[in-house]
Amino acid sequence: MTGTGSNTGNDEREVLLEVRHLKKYFGVHTGFLKKTDLKAVDDVSFVIHKGDTLGIVGESGCGKTTLGRTILRLTEPTSGDILYEGSSIMGKNMKDYRDKMQIVFQDPYASLDPRKTVADIIGEAMDIRKSYSSKEERREKILGLMHLVGLNAQFYNRFPHEFSGGQRQRIGIARALAVDPGFIVCDEPVSALDVSIQAQIINMLEDLQQERKLTYLFIAHDLAVVKHISTRIGVMYLGHMVEMASSRELYERPLHPYTQMLLSAIPVANPDLSARRKRIKLQGEIPSPLAPPSGCPFRTRCPQACASCAEVMPELKEVEAGHFAACHVLQEKG
Amino acid sequence: MNIMQTLRYIVKRVFLAAVSLFVIITLTFFLMNLMPGDPFMSEKATEESRAIIIAKYGLDQPIYVQYVRYLKNLAHGDMGTSYVLQKGRDVTTIITESFGISMQVGIRALILAVFAGIIMGCLAGLNKDKLPDSIIRVVTSIGISMPGYVIASVLMIILAVRLGVLPINYNKPGGAVMPIITLAAYPTCYLARLTRASILEVMNQDYLRTERAKGMSEFVVVFIHALKNSLIPVITYLGPLTASILTGGFVAESVFSVPGLGRYFVSSISMRDYTMIMGVTIFYSSLIVMMNLVCDILYKIVDPRIKLD
Amino acid sequence: MKINVLSMQNKISPDDFTPLADSYFKEEALDTEEIGYWKASWQRLKANKIAMTALVIIVILVLFAFLGPKLSPYSYDQQVRGDEAMWPCMKHLFGTDRLGRDLLVRCMIGTRISLTVGLVSAVIVMILGSIYGSVSGLIGGKVDIFMMRIVDIVYSVPEILLIVVIKMIISEPLTNLIDNVPAFHGLQKIGSGLIAIFIVYGCLYWVGMARIVRGQVLQLKSQEFVTAAEALGCSRGRMIREHLLPNCIGQLVATAMLQIPSAIFTEAFLSYLGIGVSAPMASLGSLTSEALNGITSYPYRVFFPAAIISLIILSFNLFGDGLRDALDPKMKK
Repeated sequence: MTGTGSNTGNDEREVLLEVRHLKKYFGVHTGFLKKTDLKAVDDVSFVIHKGDTLGIVGESGCGKTTLGRTILRLTEPTSGDILYEGSSIMGKNMKDYRDKMQIVFQDPYASLDPRKTVADIIGEAMDIRKSYSSKEERREKILGLMHLVGLNAQFYNRFPHEFSGGQRQRIGIARALAVDPGFIVCDEPVSALDVSIQAQIINMLEDLQQERKLTYLFIAHDLAVVKHISTRIGVMYLGHMVEMASSRELYERPLHPYTQMLLSAIPVANPDLSARRKRIKLQGEIPSPLAPPSGCPFRTRCPQACASCAEVMPELKEVEAGHFAACHVLQEKG
Repeated sequence: MNIMQTLRYIVKRVFLAAVSLFVIITLTFFLMNLMPGDPFMSEKATEESRAIIIAKYGLDQPIYVQYVRYLKNLAHGDMGTSYVLQKGRDVTTIITESFGISMQVGIRALILAVFAGIIMGCLAGLNKDKLPDSIIRVVTSIGISMPGYVIASVLMIILAVRLGVLPINYNKPGGAVMPIITLAAYPTCYLARLTRASILEVMNQDYLRTERAKGMSEFVVVFIHALKNSLIPVITYLGPLTASILTGGFVAESVFSVPGLGRYFVSSISMRDYTMIMGVTIFYSSLIVMMNLVCDILYKIVDPRIKLD
Repeated sequence: MKINVLSMQNKISPDDFTPLADSYFKEEALDTEEIGYWKASWQRLKANKIAMTALVIIVILVLFAFLGPKLSPYSYDQQVRGDEAMWPCMKHLFGTDRLGRDLLVRCMIGTRISLTVGLVSAVIVMILGSIYGSVSGLIGGKVDIFMMRIVDIVYSVPEILLIVVIKMIISEPLTNLIDNVPAFHGLQKIGSGLIAIFIVYGCLYWVGMARIVRGQVLQLKSQEFVTAAEALGCSRGRMIREHLLPNCIGQLVATAMLQIPSAIFTEAFLSYLGIGVSAPMASLGSLTSEALNGITSYPYRVFFPAAIISLIILSFNLFGDGLRDALDPKMKK
């Protein structure tokens, strides 16, 4: 049994966020009077330590975005528990937690209200909380946040459509920082940006993390992006967490066949290395989440699949110290 | 498209239509009873004999008893007898009869509107910004801005009073022409504008450019490909149009004294003929509900792009 | 140098390499000065000649209706002895009816009623429809389904029938209310007939607006900035006020604008049937129906009110189209 909190990687530091058996099912009509559950997030558990970054990767449709939103209860989880600083946030008024947990979105175009100025977007959190005594104080705070994310003060009264993707993302980050949160879900914050801008934003997120002691859940569909910023990385497939290990460990010794495939898909700049590397091609399409395969969800595409894979769903277990994987083949070997 | 989903949609829509009808019937019934006065107010009768009449029609019973009785009768297609307008006659008979006349005018108006509207729309759309387009745009803009009674009055002044070519009375030969034009005017202009907009949109589509690039003659491009696709929005408008033409004859029928249902409705209201008003309202509502139902289902089947909700 | 006509090469001259003057950058800096949404829309509207003409006509009609009667020597219900059934002349520009009432001033009053009905109904529809639609769309789920079923039902009611029926029912209690309850005396001037029209209109026509607003809200709701506001702890009321309505206000105003003609239609139609405004008040609809009795001898009596109402509706239609294009360029067909 995957004891909750057992996949911490022998870490004695303070746990900021713990997710236990989190499930999010969506009811989808698939026929006449027939409803099928779409298991976007299915029994996911993990912990994040204060000041760490947990990277989550997976193909599109694997449930990683839903996971991020469910943790903030922007979509209500079907079951499971979420603990922030040791106490459950389930069944509580989320108002108290909106100050502590924030989110940065993927689409820098859709995530900013087109009818509001930069100042009003960043200042909205303060407006909701009325956390200033004068207009000047509000202005000072907003300018401070703009400075923090590298936005020129003269943009104060501009509208989002006047900005580039990278600048918009900075506005989005400033908005999240306005409540001075401890934890931020970064939902593919750089996927929509040019590669040159991606690095800037990631570096800025790292600097902010240092400065403000932030903890991140960093979602991406691209392993190359998360490698840089994450302390630990979890790999998701069809709503399940299939592997989780420290960033370096996962890169150097991926255990789950799915992770191995994802890693081999990252292009390598060095042609010699590229030629030497064994390229495992990811076969087939991702199965429909409405009709996932029995047993191990990955078995339809897995080169090592055996008979038992079709029967029982493998649990996420510690295969090596601090390295978790959900795979029968590995677990039998271990 | 998933057949089960379509079936689900149809069942849902039919159920909804039934609920709508029930709500409308109930609503009309109770509204009718809120109406001040009773249908026999105008009669020169003593209090006594009035009470006898009211008792005869069961109007002295508690309202829910009347309601249940009305529903029961309605289920058998019996909408009671007219109290005032055509005293003693079955409402169902009056409706069937006069609706037949409304239909005669309505269907001819509908055909006129569809043909004239689409032809004008095509002419305008295919000659964008040239003279025919400008003329048609001006005419249709004015056309959709004239209330039915204005059109009726103008027709009457010009055709009947000044030129004297057509009779004002419906029953004389040629008497149906003016009511038909009155009824058809608005939908003709609306259809013309719709067709024009739709053609202009379709003409810009990439698949037409492809057809041209393939060397198709302009004739084939326009008449086979463009028109076919630009008529889809026009067809979707036909359902509501039919309903509104069949039920919207009040003005034309009143002005030109066509003995149709619309005119009966107007006079039954001023005479407080409860059963008549209810009968017509229920009849019209069912007609509109059915029409919308059939249309919705049909074009969800015809055009797979329309999302089922 | 001979240049091949098919050459794709740019024709470059040394002048192209001189630095731009400082003034160029200054102007550019000015250009990036924020143009607000309303200002940009106004600029688009101003460029639309048809819409601007329509706007001018609307303004003239408003002056005609609200200022005109004050300038006229007659009042709308004044019966001038000896001037019965006059053709248009210098004394009575639009002529008089058979009771000797000046038709010009009666048309002005009729226009006033049409414009008032149009504007008030549009406002009622806009308020009811946008609140209902945004609540339904925002809450979603079962509540949304239920609320939309109600809309579907109201939508399938043949409105003109129900308007006539409701109008008949509420007229009398409304008149009693206005005459007998002191608090409502102020409404006497408007008349129970008009108020009844407003109520009926409000009861039935909001559904179209509600559907449009709901559609917009659903579309906006799926956008991340709404989720972002939710993550910041934004309440539902604030969400509607601050994020949803401002983002569909363009479409809202444009749709409401196109409601005006339909409200004017309805009032004129009811008055034409004799169940709208009550005599001696004049409406463009009742003026036409009164005139029809003498149509053979006095066709001008039909002409003026009929022409004015067509002009009103035409200008609102054209202005509404222009406004829609200006406020929401995406909606342009």
